[in-house]
Amino acid sequence: MTSTTTPTPPSASAAARRGRAGPPPGAARGPAVRVRGLTKRYGPKQAVDGLDLDLEAGEIVAVLGPNGAGKTTTVEILEGFRDRDGGDVRVLGEDPARAGRAWRARIGVVAQDSRDQAELTVAEAVRSTARYYPAPRDPDEVVDAVGLATKAGARVRSLSGGQRRRLDVALGVVGRPELLFLDEPTTGFDPQARRTFWDLVLGLRESGTTVLLTTHDLAEAAHLADRVAVVRDGRVVAEGTPDTLGGPDARTPLVTWTADGVARAERTDAPTALVAHLVATAAGPDGEVPDLCITRPSLEDVYLGLLTTEDDR
Amino acid sequence: MTATAPATATRPTTTGAAARLPGVARLALVRAGLELRQFWRERDAVIFVFAYPIIMLAIFSSVFGGENQGTEVAEIGYAQYFLPGMVATGIVLTSFQSLAVSIAVERDDGTLRRLRATPLPAAAYVGGKVLLTLATSVVQTVLLLAVAALAFDVPLPDDAGRWTTFAWVFVLGSATGTICGVGFSALPRSGRSASAVVTPVVLVLQFISGVFFAFFALPGWMQTVASVFPLKWIAQGMRSVFLPEDMAALETGGSWQHPATAAVLVAWLIVGLVVGVRTFRWRRRDDG
Repeated sequence: MTSTTTPTPPSASAAARRGRAGPPPGAARGPAVRVRGLTKRYGPKQAVDGLDLDLEAGEIVAVLGPNGAGKTTTVEILEGFRDRDGGDVRVLGEDPARAGRAWRARIGVVAQDSRDQAELTVAEAVRSTARYYPAPRDPDEVVDAVGLATKAGARVRSLSGGQRRRLDVALGVVGRPELLFLDEPTTGFDPQARRTFWDLVLGLRESGTTVLLTTHDLAEAAHLADRVAVVRDGRVVAEGTPDTLGGPDARTPLVTWTADGVARAERTDAPTALVAHLVATAAGPDGEVPDLCITRPSLEDVYLGLLTTEDDR
Repeated sequence: MTATAPATATRPTTTGAAARLPGVARLALVRAGLELRQFWRERDAVIFVFAYPIIMLAIFSSVFGGENQGTEVAEIGYAQYFLPGMVATGIVLTSFQSLAVSIAVERDDGTLRRLRATPLPAAAYVGGKVLLTLATSVVQTVLLLAVAALAFDVPLPDDAGRWTTFAWVFVLGSATGTICGVGFSALPRSGRSASAVVTPVVLVLQFISGVFFAFFALPGWMQTVASVFPLKWIAQGMRSVFLPEDMAALETGGSWQHPATAAVLVAWLIVGLVVGVRTFRWRRRDDG
């Protein structure tokens, strides 16, 4: 994926979209996903336990959570792969458990861990998949957009892990989906491939695609997502933009230092005043406060804080 | 990807998309093209499918070459006696065994899961498999008949009646094998175990259905067991095509039993359809 294939949307609409001043491009279509009170049980384990989730058309929402939190089960119910026990689910206005071919033409799924179609070439795989859809993208352009133009004639079995993932994305978007499910898409990517992949996903949003992303990668969520939902024990425990997740308290700067050989920590909205106070009261003979450090919690800190807080209750 | 952005303005509405979804028949052809291409690229499988019946015919004809098969009623060469069995076994291998294994493998490697997320109907997927089976069975059978006729001097029938019998037994046998293969593919737990689960079934059927040994020489209880399954009937139908008329005396009840053949194959076709529709899964069993 070179700069020549980086998406450049028409300038007229681009300003409005990039600024996100108005409604997202697909807002007229109504909410893309609406989940209320979703439940799913496997034997004794309540995998999903009253989960609520909304995606407006045109936005990228990241679903975060530890393994076993119910992310994958939820996504698979939304994709129509799995039946639910209870709750109300609408995806693109339909119930995935009953939706038919026309509905599946409007979603795209990029699952984890695929190793199918090994004997086909990249171009054959994308072209044949395009033929299943009523209004597909140009397969060759899609292959180009995911940066596999030079590999178009190569057998799928010969691709590297990262190339294979990009092919998965190409197969997921060639049908021109309104809603794209990305399940841990950049696992195993090197940093540069990951960055290129992010540009690709942002380009999809520019063209109006709604994206539901599950990931373990907090930097990925912070970079891509308009909103983040943290799932734990089958429920959404926190939701918001990457900047506001967890509420203001979760982001209060933390000042740590050592006084009389004891580690001290204090959360404060006025770290400068606290440090000035420490300089006056806790500084050593050299004028330094031992081990002084001011930390602003990253999304990762906030996320881990959300999970441990729940543990403590 | 926004190189295609202008087209988003013409994003199809739900109803527009429904109206223009590609038809099942066309998609089955698309799938058949893909299936053939992928099949052809797995050279080891190609060689196995096409050569197996020929190799078995050659081995059995050579081993038992000196002996003739039959009784005082009729005596014919071993190659001629076993050609129908090899045709039948080829049909079952290509339709039932290849399909049951390949669908189990495709369930395991995620092919089916991926297709399930697209607007491709299950009927088009199965249709592609049926067309692949048909194409490979025809090539396999033509090769087998050509080798039998040219290398083993097996006389091929020259009357239309026998070739008509051949056609319906071939088509009905392939269809039954295909549908049963789709149904049976739900049994293996993984792609890796698929061959191990499917192959013994076919192998046992080959031994008790008159493919490797003359059917009339098998113990009565074994004949009874074999009569429940399709391979015995496909083989018997093929014997009625390639063996002299008076060899019918060696069959159960002293006739070729065409009506019974058709009835058993159709029964299995229906059972396979019902079981297949109820048990077909797009995902692995351990996938929930």
